[in-house]
Amino acid sequence: MNLEETRARYGQTLVELAKRDARVVALDCDLGRSTHAYRITEVDPSRFFEMGIAEQDMISTAAGLAKAGKIPFANSFAVFITGRGFDQIRQQVALPKSNVKICGSSAGITQGPDGATHQSIVDVALMRSLPNMTVLIPADGNQTQKAVEDAYEIRGPVYLRLSRYKTENFTPDDFQIGKAVNLLEGSEVAICSTGPITWNVVRSRSILEELGIRPTIVNFHTIKPIDDAAVIDLAGAHSIIFSVEEHSVYGGLGSALAEVLAEMPSSKGRRCRLVRLGVQDHFGESGTADELLAKFRLDPAGIAGTIKDEISK
Amino acid sequence: MHDKTDRRNIEELNKIAAEIRLELLRMFSFGKAQHFGGSLSCVELVTALFFDRMNFSADLIDDPERDRFIMSKGHAVPVQYVALAMLGVFDIDELKTIKTLGTRLQGHPDILKTPGIEAPTGSLGQGLSFANGLAFAGRLDGNEFNIYLILGDGELQEGQIWEAAMTSAHYKLANICILIDTNKYQSQGKVNQMMSVEPLIDRWRAAGWEARRIDGHNLADITAALDEFDGAGDKPHVIIADTIKGKGIAFMEDTFEFHNFALSETQYAMAMDELVEKSGGGE
Repeated sequence: MNLEETRARYGQTLVELAKRDARVVALDCDLGRSTHAYRITEVDPSRFFEMGIAEQDMISTAAGLAKAGKIPFANSFAVFITGRGFDQIRQQVALPKSNVKICGSSAGITQGPDGATHQSIVDVALMRSLPNMTVLIPADGNQTQKAVEDAYEIRGPVYLRLSRYKTENFTPDDFQIGKAVNLLEGSEVAICSTGPITWNVVRSRSILEELGIRPTIVNFHTIKPIDDAAVIDLAGAHSIIFSVEEHSVYGGLGSALAEVLAEMPSSKGRRCRLVRLGVQDHFGESGTADELLAKFRLDPAGIAGTIKDEISK
Repeated sequence: MHDKTDRRNIEELNKIAAEIRLELLRMFSFGKAQHFGGSLSCVELVTALFFDRMNFSADLIDDPERDRFIMSKGHAVPVQYVALAMLGVFDIDELKTIKTLGTRLQGHPDILKTPGIEAPTGSLGQGLSFANGLAFAGRLDGNEFNIYLILGDGELQEGQIWEAAMTSAHYKLANICILIDTNKYQSQGKVNQMMSVEPLIDRWRAAGWEARRIDGHNLADITAALDEFDGAGDKPHVIIADTIKGKGIAFMEDTFEFHNFALSETQYAMAMDELVEKSGGGE
């Protein structure tokens, strides 16, 4: 099966949307060929706005375009668009419910060799904290296409987290914003994951099964609004929930699950333990995506190993 | 409702400016912190735009070809509220609800709550980028309109302004006209002592803008400078308007003390007496 990057399917879907709807425009900060946003020029060069290396300006400009009825997709690396553009996103996108799609590309440690400066590990925490913001992290090409199409349908701010990590297309066709996707029914252990790293979770299954662990695997492509009903169901049927994400364990999927579990009424079922896998409280470093995933125990072997260790505690 | 057909009647515009100051003071009242200094300094600029220059009225607030106004120094939005009320966009009585719970007239511009507000500002430095986005959209749609902004001189310390200035010049967004309310003060002191922004003419010209400098309280000068801007050509325009912070109320003039200040009842009465007298009395 062909491997695919979510950022590539994003570019392809953007082109399709731009063909369908003249209101769709894209902005980028000197990374258009990497984010794939530049591909909108195949449809109409006048609907691509090169903003230079100026993320703050780009976000506010996108908000202006949205006020005048356009549907702007604003693009850069996840680390820059959410970090440098945060106040503009807060003030001119989230607060006034501007119809701007914030597209954070090359997200997470699989950004790779450029190192810690370029690896976004807190972008989900930033975007999830903002009122009015929908946060989507597609796991593969097929999910990306649906996420981008649904983001376009939402009349309001969306954060789309995109990646250069290559995966198979392994998710089922069902996609509904705010609804977790069951990938595997198991028992005792549930693994919740988001984004392309979910593919590593799926690939950890055979290792886990050899150890006698038959996990339930659930994909959360939507981090906000989190599917709290799904989390509560998982808590009722499992003794440990693991979260796996290519993000700091502070503020991302693990935190979102922890919030639901901590506030769960006892009438909803027994309480279960949560273990958060991800980038622990440190920055990344240079290396290939696979080297970094192995080092941070987010490759299939590392995920399986951590789960085994935690179960035996 | 004020009739804009009698253009170039400077005496009439001066009367409107005096009326705006009175309404502003009534709205601000006493005992509550309000942004006096930077609102009073841009009254003539707002007067010239809303009551002479702009293609804007209560009937046009959704017209795609209306001229846009952006108060980039969002804390001075009370002047815009007064202008909108005087143009009939909302009732003048609503002004006194400013900054109270449940009001449509928020402390800083809110495009969702307040009719006639074009841009969410308040975090300084973001208005010009937003204007560029409106200009891009207008260009794509073939809609012809001009975009006017009021920026503060202190606001120019925000780096985003200069990112946006590059964008406007690079894309030849000649339908943008900035008026810089150059009142020489920011929240905590004098601009040239806190962080100098001069030489303004040279900086804006170097950034690719058509720039001129005028007396920002002289309505003949302001309207003449705006006549030089026709929304065409290759360059965006900036008018550096020298103003006095707190203009019109003697004890507030030329100081930062009243940037955001709650008047005592006595101070309020004193200010009211002065403005009533200046507006020709009879209030």
